[in-house]
Amino acid sequence: MKKSDTLRGWALASPLALVLLAFLLLPIAMIMVVSFWQATEFAIVPAFSLENYQFLFSSPVTYKVFWATLRYALITWALTLLIGFTVAYYLAFHIRSNTAQTALFLVCTIPFLTSNIIRMISWIPFLGRNGIANQTLIGMGVIEEPLEWLLYSDFSVILAFVHLYTLFMIVPIFNTMMRIDRALIEAARDNGASGWQILANVIIPLSKPGIMIGTIFVLTLVMGDFITVRFMSGSQSANVGRLISNDIALLQYPSASATSVVLLVTVLLIIGALMRFVNIRKEL
Amino acid sequence: MRTPNDLELAKLTKRYGDTVAVNGISHLFAPASYVCLLGPSGCGKSTTLRMIAGHESVSDGNIVLEGKEISHLPPAQRGTAMMFQSYALFPHLSVRDNVAFSLKMKGVDKATRHAKANALLELVAMTHLADRMPAQLSGGQQQRVALARALITEPRVLLLDEPLSALDPFLRIRMRAELKRLQRELEITFIHVTHGQDEALALADEVVVMNNAVIEQAGPPREVWGKPRTEFVARFMGGHNVVTVDGGRYAIRSDMIRLGEGLPATATGVEYQGDRVAVTARTATDEEIVALLPEDAFFTQPIHPGDAVQLGWDARWQHPLEA
Repeated sequence: MKKSDTLRGWALASPLALVLLAFLLLPIAMIMVVSFWQATEFAIVPAFSLENYQFLFSSPVTYKVFWATLRYALITWALTLLIGFTVAYYLAFHIRSNTAQTALFLVCTIPFLTSNIIRMISWIPFLGRNGIANQTLIGMGVIEEPLEWLLYSDFSVILAFVHLYTLFMIVPIFNTMMRIDRALIEAARDNGASGWQILANVIIPLSKPGIMIGTIFVLTLVMGDFITVRFMSGSQSANVGRLISNDIALLQYPSASATSVVLLVTVLLIIGALMRFVNIRKEL
Repeated sequence: MRTPNDLELAKLTKRYGDTVAVNGISHLFAPASYVCLLGPSGCGKSTTLRMIAGHESVSDGNIVLEGKEISHLPPAQRGTAMMFQSYALFPHLSVRDNVAFSLKMKGVDKATRHAKANALLELVAMTHLADRMPAQLSGGQQQRVALARALITEPRVLLLDEPLSALDPFLRIRMRAELKRLQRELEITFIHVTHGQDEALALADEVVVMNNAVIEQAGPPREVWGKPRTEFVARFMGGHNVVTVDGGRYAIRSDMIRLGEGLPATATGVEYQGDRVAVTARTATDEEIVALLPEDAFFTQPIHPGDAVQLGWDARWQHPLEA
């Protein structure tokens, strides 16, 4: 009886374990292995060598690009948090009827029925030198010359990131906010808290797990992105994703792997640090 | 007998669209008394309490506390404090910080507010758990914390919304004794909403029975139970039979009905209740009457369902009811 229970436990756990093993752990292990190989202009040599990492850590480009990636991630995080929290707060606490709440929440997700790339590219005609934004501003007499920084700039990259990823902030924050007992807000008011005090002392602390989950989504998505940066900066800005994709284009797999490993470790360290602040486990 | 610190409701009304939840009730609460607002669910008792607390807007009428109209003030400036049914403790704050919350909102410094919170926790015998989080407390302990948090604002009226309903029966009886003790010590008015008449009878200096958005009867518990004004009160307070005698409606205490001479009826049910036995009988006019008989008397002459019985009572227990 005991033995068959143990067996059944293993059997039940094995499908998921196998999927994770085959599609998550093995590929990562493969990347780890390849990152220690050597590559020349025309060949990849299986070996154990630290030269990829040596090159990576000695090149000033690496630090510059990692910093640029982190900067994108931080700015995008701050903006998506601000917008996401506000939208979630409005949906959760100001919309009283359940139907309206569901409807507005669906409205938030509708843009996600189109592909990321299409939504991103559609900014280009809007922001371009002769795009709608510039023409409108000139027409209104606000500016005389078209604004150059609207497109192919850090501005357009971050705009696209915020547009693409704010929902990933709204959903988890909205979810935790909906679980806040409304009696707590009345209790806070009974204890003399003003609207801002309720926000600061009750709603924000209780929304922390949602904020943390959203933060992890946004940070990992932005840190791992390469296509948005390429399109929206007109190939003028670099981030780690583009570094990796360039290496792959040049068939420099070992170097690409090494960069990937360093990026993975960086992101894991950031998430590990965040997890120390907030226990999200009880929310999952 | 008006004193400066009493609470008065004047034509207090709450409407939600076309439905009237509280229909123009007027009542004067005696100072420093324990009042129970009693009634079935949906009778408007909770809405009344929430209007006094300031968590529900007043459609019409006034609430006056210590001679001051308070119905348009925010909750914290009314001199009332509310204890919520679910206790509504802040899950992210320790017991001490929960109790000190209102002082923090006022900007009182940490040392002072913690000292005050400790004093309140001592009052409810929770000092030893001050550093715990609410989730680590039992229901009864959570309630004490909620009580301390409400009392730290030094309210003149404490409003309790079904405070005992989440507790198990034994704890409920212990906590209600404690509530009563606190009220006596603090000498403030407690307004306690409940749907349990036993709770109201045990605790209250004054019972206010509500039904269909109005006050049906108010008075000392002995008076409300012993002299119900209407059929609703007689039935809701329990322990009474409502019978028609000579075309008039009367309430007769079940424990004052004797078997022997009187109205002929057929026993339909016998229920053993420990110290006594409840015999249900149906009269010829198809009225159901319950007689509560002392346990030892019943078993000297047991009755079984289907037996013919005669129900009698002393005329002074025949209490007339308003239509």
